[in-house]
Amino acid sequence: MESARKPWNRALEFLIERAIFFAGIISIFFVILIFVFLLKEGVSLLKTYPLKDFIFGQKWYPISEPPSFGVVPLLLGSLAVTMGAIVIAVPLGMGAAIYIAVVAPGWLKEILKATVEFLAAIPSIVLGFIGLVTLVPLVKQVFHLTTGLTAISGSIMLAFMAMPTIVSMMEDALTAVPRSYREGAIAMGATKWQMIWRVLLPAASSGMLAAIMLGIGRVIGETMAVLMITGNAARIPTSLFQPVRTMTATIAAEMGEAVQGSDHYFALFAIGIVLFIITFLINLAAGFFIGRAHHK
Amino acid sequence: MIRISAKWTERIAFFFLLVSTLIIIIPVILITVMIIQKGLPAMNLEFLTESPRLGMRAGGIFPAILGTVYLVLGTMVFALPIGILAAIYLSEYARDNWLTRAIDLAIVNLAGVPSVVYGLFGLGLFVIFLNFGTSILAGSLTLAIMSLPVIITASREALGTVPQSFREVSLALGATRWQTIRRVVLPNALPGIMTGTVLALSRAAGETAPILFTVAAFYLPKLPQSVFDQCMALPYHLYVIATQVPKIKPHVQYGTALVLIVMVLVMNLSAILIRAHFRKKKHW
Repeated sequence: MESARKPWNRALEFLIERAIFFAGIISIFFVILIFVFLLKEGVSLLKTYPLKDFIFGQKWYPISEPPSFGVVPLLLGSLAVTMGAIVIAVPLGMGAAIYIAVVAPGWLKEILKATVEFLAAIPSIVLGFIGLVTLVPLVKQVFHLTTGLTAISGSIMLAFMAMPTIVSMMEDALTAVPRSYREGAIAMGATKWQMIWRVLLPAASSGMLAAIMLGIGRVIGETMAVLMITGNAARIPTSLFQPVRTMTATIAAEMGEAVQGSDHYFALFAIGIVLFIITFLINLAAGFFIGRAHHK
Repeated sequence: MIRISAKWTERIAFFFLLVSTLIIIIPVILITVMIIQKGLPAMNLEFLTESPRLGMRAGGIFPAILGTVYLVLGTMVFALPIGILAAIYLSEYARDNWLTRAIDLAIVNLAGVPSVVYGLFGLGLFVIFLNFGTSILAGSLTLAIMSLPVIITASREALGTVPQSFREVSLALGATRWQTIRRVVLPNALPGIMTGTVLALSRAAGETAPILFTVAAFYLPKLPQSVFDQCMALPYHLYVIATQVPKIKPHVQYGTALVLIVMVLVMNLSAILIRAHFRKKKHW
């Protein structure tokens, strides 16, 4: 090609390839940048507030005098809501994934997949709003509570919101199992269910574990819906039937009022660090399982 | 113990599988019907083209619609070029080495960072450190970084589906690597890239937490004039009228939810149509 030999074209090409390289590594840059900025603001809290009191403190009273910035109630709030959600979401999601991947006839399969994808597209704020007007009164009535704004409402809502992640990824994992495995089992006289239970599930286990990990990551990071329906009481939860406050909801609810550069402001960034580290570890674990699934 | 025959075990198991599927699917349908049914009465020209009045209880949601459109466009401007270039690097240049693995790890982790943490980051970097203030610029940049992993992953996949022989033919004809990418690989991967981008943008349109502290305004008497102005946005507006405005008529809330969902769905549908349209034209 003639044009390629012209010097400015070569220079241009050199510049573009440099740009491509920098864009390529920009993800690494952003991950580091996010962590650095959280750290820069979060660590400022330690100038006036001891780390030990943040990590082990059992009271979150950001605007009392003197304030307490103990992260424990928020961490436990997040854990309670997340565990509840996972207990609900994993069996249901697994059932649905198996049904869609193996049992449902072709036409129904497509409809079900489209519906799950549609659920993934609904913004979390819309689901939070619907949860607030439908699920919260329902929970109040069914469990005879004084308020429906509880951890369990959040768990149910989050289980629902994690479904697209869990179902789609598990379905992919099941579909990725070689056909010969399934045909072999059926040819040996196994029923379809025996084939699923004894062959398909064990073969897809790594992918399914990855789906669960990513589901947990999705749940623990969800903000708006939990903010709207878990009642926002920052105290250590003793049951799922009381209001709780998650880490995400705390940041979303209080950052608007926190004075820039105040301890309260820094403390919210410190919570951000905790969240960042937790999701980082969860994603590492998910990546590990995905890697294992691919090596099989 | 009674032994249940294999056939019956299967029937019982399949019944439970069906039930769990229905537990997920039915609420989706109910929610959709509910929003359409209760939101439709709010739909009229005033609702879509005017500003809110009487503390959000009357009037329309036009500033919020416009704000979300601005944010989506801003996100696209920043995220699309970087996303495509990054995908080109990973698909066409990267070797199987530690750097590529580190990039992969970074992408997975960016995708997993909670949206509210993006909000904190945007506040710390764009609003305060770079002094953009609470602005459309700061919000778009925050949403753009959040959308990057999705755009990179989708674009990289699209580039990966272009047959290797296309590249070989182009290189054999004497084209340079970049010429091959620009004239041969990119055009063939474009539909996939567009699909992925539109999906990422539709997600950005519905996000609330990243815009809470970076751009979103509770109420603004006039429309934004520049990228350094705050704007209202549909998801945040829905949050405000769902939780902080007492005695608001439900149809205003459902109407806002309906507009947001329709916007997101239209984007999703167009992504699906782009994909379907170009798939028909593919000959390989």
